[in-house]
Amino acid sequence: MNRRDFLKAAAGGAAVACSGGAQARDNLEPAPEAVGMLFDSTLCVGCKACVSMCKEVNGMPPTLIEGKEAWDWATDLSPQTLNVIKLYKDGEGNVKDQVKDGFAFEKRSCMHCVDPGCVSVCPVTALRRHPVTGIVTFHVDACIGCRTCTTGCPYNVPHFDYDDPFGQIYKCEMCNQEGVSRIDNGQITGCAEACPTGATLFGSRVALLEEAKRRMALKPGDTYNYPMGDVRKPGSYHEKATPVYEKHIWGEKEAGGTNVMHISAVPFDKLGMPPLPERSYASISEGVQHTLYSFMALPAVALIGLSYVVRKNLDASEGETDVSDDEGKEEEKS
Amino acid sequence: MSHYQPVERKVVTVPFMVLGLIAMVGLYFLVQRFILGMGPVTNLNGGYAWGIWVVYDIVVGTALACGGYALAITVYVLNKGKYHPLIRAAVTASLLGYALGGVGAFIDMGRWFQFYNILLPWNMNFNSVMLEVGLCVMTYILVLFIEFMPTVFERFGMKDWAQRLNKVLFLFIALGILLPTMHQSSLGSMLIAMGYKVHPLWQSLHLQPLLALLTALTMGFAIVIFEASFSTVGFGRNSETKLLSGLGKGIIGLVSAYLIFRFGEILLRGKFGLIFAGDLGSLMFIIETAMFIFPLAVLLSPKMREDGRMLLYAGVSLLFAGALYRFNAYLITMDPGPGYSYFPSFPELMVTVGLVAIEIMAYLVIVKKFPVLPKHAHA
Ligand code: SF4
Ligand code: SF4
Ligand code: SF4
Repeated sequence: MNRRDFLKAAAGGAAVACSGGAQARDNLEPAPEAVGMLFDSTLCVGCKACVSMCKEVNGMPPTLIEGKEAWDWATDLSPQTLNVIKLYKDGEGNVKDQVKDGFAFEKRSCMHCVDPGCVSVCPVTALRRHPVTGIVTFHVDACIGCRTCTTGCPYNVPHFDYDDPFGQIYKCEMCNQEGVSRIDNGQITGCAEACPTGATLFGSRVALLEEAKRRMALKPGDTYNYPMGDVRKPGSYHEKATPVYEKHIWGEKEAGGTNVMHISAVPFDKLGMPPLPERSYASISEGVQHTLYSFMALPAVALIGLSYVVRKNLDASEGETDVSDDEGKEEEKS
Repeated sequence: MSHYQPVERKVVTVPFMVLGLIAMVGLYFLVQRFILGMGPVTNLNGGYAWGIWVVYDIVVGTALACGGYALAITVYVLNKGKYHPLIRAAVTASLLGYALGGVGAFIDMGRWFQFYNILLPWNMNFNSVMLEVGLCVMTYILVLFIEFMPTVFERFGMKDWAQRLNKVLFLFIALGILLPTMHQSSLGSMLIAMGYKVHPLWQSLHLQPLLALLTALTMGFAIVIFEASFSTVGFGRNSETKLLSGLGKGIIGLVSAYLIFRFGEILLRGKFGLIFAGDLGSLMFIIETAMFIFPLAVLLSPKMREDGRMLLYAGVSLLFAGALYRFNAYLITMDPGPGYSYFPSFPELMVTVGLVAIEIMAYLVIVKKFPVLPKHAHA
């Protein structure tokens, strides 16, 4: 048994155990008008138009070695790269979308989780999930740079710029941070706009999920008119034969689901996706924390009890140093 | 009359100067960290956001500083007054240990110039375990400082102040028991949100706070064993067994409870096979568990328990066990995914070593200038 197997097996157990906690909460629901993206790995040709567009939109100049780095499995997102196309390659690596001796492309950028770990763990609310669109944004004025968000993100997305003495967190904000506000202005995300094949498709989470399910239901080999741009009002179409999809929409359920979803012809663990149960770790963490700290009631009661006991024992121990009794009062449980 | 007195020895000794030298090296890199940023000084990266500054200075360091907490429970909750002579030394060590944790948190904070944000109510995210740890540790440092004040008042003969504080001291002592209970368990809870990145043998989800608290207590009591054995030697009495038998019972209980919950969770979640997987995780787990079981064996055997040296070994083992549990969970077996690795850089290590050197220097100065150690207890 390895870590991955265990995590799959434990997912159910964790959910059962968790529902027992008094303050346990369920996974968050998608925001009412959640927007996101659908990345179809089988459509991606690895041109990285989205990578350079992302840099342009976010005012991050492309670095010369960028092209090389994006292909390297070992390098990943960085403070200067909010979006990256990675390559899966096996053996000869000459057949697209094939596990053995094949290759495939995978987009990595913030998944805009429905129940985002980064938002849950940030002590100062510097990461926020928009109540209507579900977009997860970063607010530098509040951030203390503790990087708890990095540890709490299942996809290692928030990157702190360690090389800047006054660094900050960088992550994709779905092109909707202040000053960019593409979504608020009725535009679509930069990466979806730049994508020449519709591999990165913008839209509402609901519409994208429908589109993904539609593709799952297609017969391999049949031609399908793949929409490009915004799934709700596609700018154009891209006609292509249907590949043999893995029957798995990444982000429909993983850790509470994501607004950026992926589909592929290669299993997601091969594409470097983490082993995630359906239950979000954020919901377990918050459940435990709130059970222990329900409105500070438990700590307050414990404090009163402790004060009483301490006060009673204080005089006894102050005076004599040789008091030795073994009546063994129960330790206050908190 | 006071039961404590300063150790009458010179402050500046050769070891003291060596420590000073180490501290200087640490401070040199610390200055670099603030001028150049964390990148050139540390090996932190996008996968390993926390290195030894967090894991040693805060997670392990504050647990090592749980002596004051453990002793406060023994003396004031369980009413074992005989341990009272040890309390000042324990409070002093805890104050310094937690101060190190506080400093560690600050230097590790990427946006330290905005640290006050965590104190602004409108910023607080009450779902965040980190918020609880941050606020709780800060408050506890203050509480430890107040608990230390009687020593200062006595040193400078401020009788009025001492009396005034004495009236409310019980409140601070109570807080001094409550706060570590809260944040030491939270240091475990913090691992929950890290999910799959934490090795399954250490990812106990709902049990994280309990296991963290139990091990913090065992580490605290291990520290007390030291202090107890030292001071009894100093008293010229050969009564270690007597003094420690009560503590021993406590430790046996705590370690047993820890092992039961730890293995129970592993068995119930079907992770038992991972112990024998033959990889780094299983190796570290076996070493760590052996270090918990050894002190248990010593304390359970009436013969070994009487052997002062074995007792000390048991204490050391218990300390390392708790520290390793934390290191394993947070760093050694933590795996954020392909492409990331971490080993502390030399400057990064030296900052931590330097801070510890400063901590020890401060302790030496305090016990030599303030009435902290029990009378005639100059070990
Ligand atoms: S992928 Fe990571 S950074 Fe993005 S919303 Fe989810 S938890 Fe936050
Ligand atoms: S680094 Fe900033 S955004 Fe991330 S958890 Fe810490 S305060 Fe929040
Ligand atoms: S949504 Fe915008 S910021 Fe995010 S990856 Fe696409 S282009 Fe980059």
